[in-house]
Amino acid sequence: MSEPDLLYTDVEEELRASVRSLLADRADAAEVLGRVESAQPLDLDLWRTLAVEVGATSLPVPEALGGQGASWRETAVVAEELGRSVAPVPFLGSAVLASATLLHLLGQGADANAEALLSRLAEGAATAVLAVPLSAFPGSPLAPVSDHGGALSGSIRSVADATAADVLIVPAGTVLHLVEAATATVKPVVSLDLTRPVSDIELTASPSVALAGDGAAAVRAALLVGAGVLASEQVGVAEWCLTTTVAYLKERYQFGRPVGSFQALKHRLADLWQRVALARAAARAAADALATGARDLEITVRVAQALCAQTAVHAAEEALQLHGGIGMTWEHPVHLYLKRAKADEIALGTPGRHRAALAPLVGLTA
Amino acid sequence: MSAPATPEQVRGLVADLLAAHDPATTDRLAFLRARWAAGLAWVNFPVGLGGLGAPRALQQVVDAELAAAGAPDNDPRRIGIGLGMAAPTILTFGSDEVKQRFLRPLWTGEEVWCQLFSEPGAGSDLAALGTRARRDGDDWVVTGQKVWTSQAQTARWAILVTRTDPDVPKHAGMTYFLCDMHAPGVEVRPLRQVTGEAEFNEVFLTDVRIPDAHRLGAVGEGWKVAQTTLMNERVAIGGRATPREGGMIGVVADTWRARPELHTPEALDRLTALWVESEALRLAGARQRQQLAAGSVGPEGSAMKLAFARLAQELSGFEVELLGEDGLRYSDWTMVRPEIVDFTGRDAGYRYLRAKGNSIEGGTSEILRNIIAERVLGLPSEPRVDKDVAWKDLPR
Repeated sequence: MSEPDLLYTDVEEELRASVRSLLADRADAAEVLGRVESAQPLDLDLWRTLAVEVGATSLPVPEALGGQGASWRETAVVAEELGRSVAPVPFLGSAVLASATLLHLLGQGADANAEALLSRLAEGAATAVLAVPLSAFPGSPLAPVSDHGGALSGSIRSVADATAADVLIVPAGTVLHLVEAATATVKPVVSLDLTRPVSDIELTASPSVALAGDGAAAVRAALLVGAGVLASEQVGVAEWCLTTTVAYLKERYQFGRPVGSFQALKHRLADLWQRVALARAAARAAADALATGARDLEITVRVAQALCAQTAVHAAEEALQLHGGIGMTWEHPVHLYLKRAKADEIALGTPGRHRAALAPLVGLTA
Repeated sequence: MSAPATPEQVRGLVADLLAAHDPATTDRLAFLRARWAAGLAWVNFPVGLGGLGAPRALQQVVDAELAAAGAPDNDPRRIGIGLGMAAPTILTFGSDEVKQRFLRPLWTGEEVWCQLFSEPGAGSDLAALGTRARRDGDDWVVTGQKVWTSQAQTARWAILVTRTDPDVPKHAGMTYFLCDMHAPGVEVRPLRQVTGEAEFNEVFLTDVRIPDAHRLGAVGEGWKVAQTTLMNERVAIGGRATPREGGMIGVVADTWRARPELHTPEALDRLTALWVESEALRLAGARQRQQLAAGSVGPEGSAMKLAFARLAQELSGFEVELLGEDGLRYSDWTMVRPEIVDFTGRDAGYRYLRAKGNSIEGGTSEILRNIIAERVLGLPSEPRVDKDVAWKDLPR
């Protein structure tokens, strides 16, 4: 087994720079905070720019399907930057989970409908979501959806990014179906994570097109890809929390000193920095394993998700506490990161579920 | 001759060495001296001092080729202080005579080295040290007490930091020497530790004479010289590649697999969480090595050591608890004098107790957190109340 490349390539750094400068321009903290209580919390203009101008949605898609033929490594770099700014765009739902589902299906065999949708997702002409709860994890049971001659009925709770979707990819048994979102009821619910709100989907004899291939395998694979890419988002969240808190503790004075000169606080930040360094290595390993289809892919992804989920939550909790009173206000953006980090901890499998699945893979059995 | 720059070139030099000195028939020391003469001891060192002035990365090629040929090595674990700390300092600050005299027997292991830095009153605050060196003609006369000295009982030479001027602030009045451990006035006493054994020593120095020729760096610049030594110590601690489940996690995972009757669901989740963190630490180490190879030195080294110490302690504590009845026993409290220390050796109780030292030796975890906070994160430093005070006037 060759060692994974755990660094960022020059191309990845260039991609990061262009995403970061776009987000600095269009999704600063005040902008994001102002949007989250509006009728459409997702920033669809920004989403279009990311897809069409930056090409952030086409990275892992083969060139033959209108993609860039890059890999999940580059996708993970975009996710890291989106995490850093908690930008409210349906990247995870569409460019990661839906695209990974379609890519896996097409890896099993040709399907004209799957190909057409993936091309549209890649070029930014459409947005899709995999209709599973954000809390679904690789191997989790899914809500029953009945299929009567292509008419689907069922309820799916807590789906991320669904309000932006043109198309829903709905698992019914072991078959995946495409459903025009307009023929389903997508009902936003008040969500813990303000910047990635979830919705309930209600299908009532919704017309659908079945896709060829083993849908259950595609869903499982996509959730694993999602868990791996999410680790990079969590690194971005943690990194923002760390750097913002360090900057604040340098300028905040109490007792006639910058509070960052007190050892009690310095040590907490040093520990946090150390944990972020470990999380970054684990997240890069997962992205590289997804890109190369490494033999130990599942181990690497589960390690990264178990660790990075906890690191992001810890970083956000530390950021809030170390900001003191201002950290408890709605006005300060730290709560957006705490809510994202906590929702991300549940997303695509909790750390405990990933550990439980990891243990037998590495020969640790009950 | 220009320095070799490619693996092929050094492979050629290794082949020449092996052809001229067959490891199967050559005496071990003779082979090591021939390797030194060929510049294959440490290829990044200068020509004439066991090296070729070549990139450090090529050393791996040499080591692998020689190991494959069954050649003897210099038993680097036994002489780690000499190789990792004394040698780079001598190379940087030693006179030509000093380099010629000391580096070869250091590398071959003919002369073992130890480090006389820490004192009972100067641990984390090393610059407060009080071992006095006074000039007397061409010699210095040294009196004081050092502590936590590993290998002092076998060492022939020591790197030593002393106080030469008590009337200036602490960092300014130090001088660095090479000290003969066989000189009159050097007394080594074992220091028994919590594991029962005595890995370390106390070293008492009473009117020990050191020739001025064995001074490294200028009088009063001992702190600067010591920094070179300590920087190399951190590199030495952080550097090696480990396979998955290398180190303490592998030992504890093996215990888990061998003892199914001890399993509980709660213990499995704790162990898996520690497995996850150990794997992330391994990956962070790999990432740091990749950064070094790409030419950038990241500050991850101090993160590694913090995490290493914490995980070693949590894992070894977990194992003792897991073992139940067997966790109540201990292999042997006899005071032995190990030459090589294996953090994962002996039994679970030993591993648990020895791991306590991991967050103290080589910079306490608290000092490391200060370093990370100040040098990496740029947070303000602690108020330095002793900065402008003469060493002799410091409260103690």
